[in-house]
Amino acid sequence: MEGKLTDTRHTLVALVEDKPGVLNRVASLFRRRSFNIESLAVGGSEHPDLSRMTIVAIGDSAQVEQVRKQLEKLINVVKVADITEGDTVTRELALIKVKATASTRSEIMQIVSIFRANIVDVAPGSVTVEVTGDEDKVNSLLGLLRDFGVKEVSRTGRIALTRGSGS
Amino acid sequence: MKKTGAQILCESLIKEGVEVIFGILGGSVLPIYDTFPQYPELRHILVRHEQGAGHAADGYARATHKAGVCIATSGPGATNLVTGIACAYMDSVPMVAITGQVARPVIGKDAFQEIDITGITIPITKHNYLVTDVTELARTVKEAFHIAQTGRPGPVLIDIPRDIQQEQTDFVYPDKVDLPGYRVISRGHPAQIKKAAKLIDEADKPVIIAGRGIVISQAYDEFREFAEKAQIPVAHTLLGLSCFPGDHILGLGMMGMHGTGCANMAVQNADLLIAIGMRFDDRATANTKEFAPNARVIHIDIDPAEIGKNIPVDVPVVGDIKSVLTALNEEVEKREHVDWLSQIEQWRCEYPSQDIRQTGELLPQYVIRQICEATQGDALMVTGVGQNQMFVARYFTFTKPDSLISAGGLGPMGFELPAAMGAKIGRPEEVVWCVAGDGGFQMTIQELATITQENIAVKIAVMNNGYLGMVRQWQELFYERRYVDTKLWNPDFVRIAEAYEIPGVRVKRREEVIPAIQKAMEHPGAFLIDFLVEPEENIYPIVPPGECLARFFEPSRTETWKKKSGVSITEF
Repeated sequence: MEGKLTDTRHTLVALVEDKPGVLNRVASLFRRRSFNIESLAVGGSEHPDLSRMTIVAIGDSAQVEQVRKQLEKLINVVKVADITEGDTVTRELALIKVKATASTRSEIMQIVSIFRANIVDVAPGSVTVEVTGDEDKVNSLLGLLRDFGVKEVSRTGRIALTRGSGS
Repeated sequence: MKKTGAQILCESLIKEGVEVIFGILGGSVLPIYDTFPQYPELRHILVRHEQGAGHAADGYARATHKAGVCIATSGPGATNLVTGIACAYMDSVPMVAITGQVARPVIGKDAFQEIDITGITIPITKHNYLVTDVTELARTVKEAFHIAQTGRPGPVLIDIPRDIQQEQTDFVYPDKVDLPGYRVISRGHPAQIKKAAKLIDEADKPVIIAGRGIVISQAYDEFREFAEKAQIPVAHTLLGLSCFPGDHILGLGMMGMHGTGCANMAVQNADLLIAIGMRFDDRATANTKEFAPNARVIHIDIDPAEIGKNIPVDVPVVGDIKSVLTALNEEVEKREHVDWLSQIEQWRCEYPSQDIRQTGELLPQYVIRQICEATQGDALMVTGVGQNQMFVARYFTFTKPDSLISAGGLGPMGFELPAAMGAKIGRPEEVVWCVAGDGGFQMTIQELATITQENIAVKIAVMNNGYLGMVRQWQELFYERRYVDTKLWNPDFVRIAEAYEIPGVRVKRREEVIPAIQKAMEHPGAFLIDFLVEPEENIYPIVPPGECLARFFEPSRTETWKKKSGVSITEF
């Protein structure tokens, strides 16, 4: 799907039943309706039988509203909210394996410490960095580390909760 | 007392009010079939292809407004059901499809006749289940029927492994369903209804587009009251036909790609569209960018996801049609639209919709009108797909509510015969006519055996033009008459019917039509008429692809079309 000027990234949060095949049903829906999905993260929630799914969808507001409504139609999906506009906390975790030599390692460690990230693995030719934060933070760190040569990256995708005591 | 999975299934079906099941057996459903004799209240009808079972369950469901039930074995039996399930999905028909599956220990090992039917049908079912424990079976059946029959109806598939059919457990049928992710909104929001009423009261050129939702909700009286009170002309989608009397002064007939000129002009020129139980399918809207440019839109539908999917909506009202219309009727004012209705009358005269040209040839339009005359509209018409379908939609005047069964969304050829079979079983007292194209008829012709074995008295009219008619028409109009692979060699359908012990006649001339129809109506059982109709007859008007509704083409508008560049309609 071609991007338009009106396309924005929207964060949808869905509560889904923790049953076999639910992820398959959601992915199948996105594929057949050609929804533009950037990331999907799913894990447990405060309910024992429900999982929380955080989806970043790209499109104009009408398209994303369609994504939301079609998702809610799925029997295993309990509720879907578009929390893009509201006050939210968004986070993502990334593991980044960077090329590191004896001479570059300290510079890398300085950058890592500025970002309050951690080094979780050291090897003769590389270090693995773990960083948590919103996307801008993760993207900035990744950008800086690319200068050293990034060997592998694994990102979880965005998770989000609304601020305040409501849900 | 412990019962087997097969017994639990049968007893659950009975609890759900099931009386008929269409199916074919196989290894993975043998335990179920072996149990059927214990439950004589369940009538099983053995068909000859699972596609027939699917379409029969569909026709039965449309006729009775209850879930149609079909059953097939694993592997090829299940895959043969796919077309029938997809058809029910596209037209919102309540259906419960039951498939056998290989035993649990061998699932996922490419066993004999194993197929992942739940994976295959995810996109074409409202929901589906693979039963993994016999203790879940009763609850699964209850949920399946609830999902299939409530809200926007649709097909639900239940896949039951063979070993579960034979395992035993206590049978407890639950009183209620627990589906946190499934909520049906039936009452429309009062504020939305008031907003809608205000727009309706203020409109000068309102048009109603009536769809299948009115039929599903059986809201014929409320709808008629609404249209008459607010004096608004009614255009129909294909599946909305027969929700309102076809001979009513406010009726415009079908709109869309093959809609009447009058209906299309009314919709395109409206200042307010009231869309009721329809989904703005592309056959109805034609070019969406140019669709009804001056109209605001009220969209009344039970499925919130349809609102704004194809066409932007000004006032959405989500709810059951009957309930919403009842409330709306209280809010709208009694009105007259003299100028608008007189404009509509002008269009009606300019674009007569049921004229049949005088010719010696046997025209399909003439056949359909004669069936309409002979039945006085008191019949259930089941169509195939293609030209035969369009000729019925345009030339039959539906005066009785709920008297058309037609596959609009998926449009599978071969729907007609098994669907007519299922419909007749659902409404045994009614006269059921199956109008088939010669192409589609042969796709499920094997069901003639079911008709004979079960004594199902459908009247079959084969519109035999020796072509895949609709495609041939497109080749004529848009591909410079290059008829590639559209000509059909056909066998003698009357002799085939006779081989199936169904009497039949061939009609070659106009004068033979009425006597043949009479003969069919007088014969107590199934009867086939092979109408050799004019081979290259076209259905008009047609809105060519890319055009808006007002740009419909018919031979009388050839001059207007010659002036527009860039559109190649083969000139004649």
